[in-house]
Amino acid sequence: MYFTLFITVLITAVFLVLASYVIAKLIGPRSYNPVKGEPFECGIPTRGSSWLPVHIGYYLFAILFLMFDIETVFLYPWAVVVRQFGPMALVSIGFFLVVLVFGLAYAWRKGALEWK
Amino acid sequence: MFDFSIVTKWFDALLSQTLGLPSFWTILIECVLIGLLVLTAYALICIVLIFMERKVCAYFQCRVGPMRVGPWGIFQVFADVLKMLIKEIFTVDKSDKLLYAIAPFLVMIASVGTFSFLPWNKGMHILDFNVGIFLVTAISSIGVLGVFLAGWGSNNKYSVVSAMRAAVQMISYEVSLGLCLICAVILTGTMQMSGIIEAQTGPWKWLVIQGHIPAIIAFVVFLIAGNAEANRGPFDLGEAESELTAGYHTEYSGMGFGYYYLAEYLNLFVISGLASAVFLGGWAPLNVGITGFDNLMNIIPGFVWFFGKTFMLVWILMWVRWTFPRLRIDNLLKLEWKYLMPLMLIVLVLTTCCVAFGLTF
Repeated sequence: MYFTLFITVLITAVFLVLASYVIAKLIGPRSYNPVKGEPFECGIPTRGSSWLPVHIGYYLFAILFLMFDIETVFLYPWAVVVRQFGPMALVSIGFFLVVLVFGLAYAWRKGALEWK
Repeated sequence: MFDFSIVTKWFDALLSQTLGLPSFWTILIECVLIGLLVLTAYALICIVLIFMERKVCAYFQCRVGPMRVGPWGIFQVFADVLKMLIKEIFTVDKSDKLLYAIAPFLVMIASVGTFSFLPWNKGMHILDFNVGIFLVTAISSIGVLGVFLAGWGSNNKYSVVSAMRAAVQMISYEVSLGLCLICAVILTGTMQMSGIIEAQTGPWKWLVIQGHIPAIIAFVVFLIAGNAEANRGPFDLGEAESELTAGYHTEYSGMGFGYYYLAEYLNLFVISGLASAVFLGGWAPLNVGITGFDNLMNIIPGFVWFFGKTFMLVWILMWVRWTFPRLRIDNLLKLEWKYLMPLMLIVLVLTTCCVAFGLTF
């Protein structure tokens, strides 16, 4: 049942975008001008492509994010059963968290968390 | 407490038994109705929030805000939406056409998807999966893709810089957002949205009270990280208008820009709604254990409680937005990776200790 509703919600979102696009296309004005196709860079003529290599720092943070986000995914199923397990839950996740904190400490020490 | 599932069950019975429709048509009619309901609620809440933001920001700056269109300018936002609809939609010649076109869809799917997880009242939630909270974080991260593809596909130097900034900011803050929600899951023992609120009904059972210190820290961190996730407030590096014109949606005209505008406000509402549902009890009324007072509070319908709490949080986030100056990118990343993330790991262990040794209320 919820899966059907989930699909409904996704279709609703797509419909919202499509419908307003169609309305705008129908009632919006149209004009033709070669300059309109230029990217807006505050009036200065564009030179070269924008798809250039970017700062390495973004890549580094993306890697860190992958590591810690996967960790969050692993924590969810454990979090549901903490109440039933009692103190045993702390022991069972302890090793996992210690390894993780070591990872964070290593990244910190190596300067991966600095924006240079 | 008024239970809305009476209405939905009655309607289902009306279609399938009284009118005797086959199950396919029943489900189709219900799904279409729910789609229309989501659209209406989405549009209405967006309009209210945009008007509220303009008024709140005006009063914070000792202005009066929009006053011309209708009494106190209440029709200003309708006029704005109409203006956006009648603008021409055009694209950049050298843009990546496919990415440029699908980006608004991804942003809208993320924002409508998370929006429909919010519990409005008892028995009044559209999606109520048993992995609810987990799915919310999964869907909200589609929004990052939309923002990134919009900036990258535009082939505009400002947009590319903005897209990179917005992406690194949103993925960074997603980590502590997830850890905050895990704290709530530990305290309630379920990931289902209705189950989480069910666990918060009763005297002094709201999660910020039930989980005392760790839950309060998690609540505050959730608001900070959520504000960053919605690209708002002091964390609006992605669309730093004084440096990057308008950021990743510079090249979108008319309604194309409108989607990002709507999604930004809806994300603000979703973040406040999630915070109020998970930490402040959602539709659960304030109960203190005194029978007379509790009965009085229980008379107030659940959706009033939900909207009251949510709009209070929305107001706080707007206050933050119009008070603090924008952060620099190194400070932004330092705040997440060196302060919030380690803090949340400590709070996670603290919450586990509280639950494991029975130290919660």
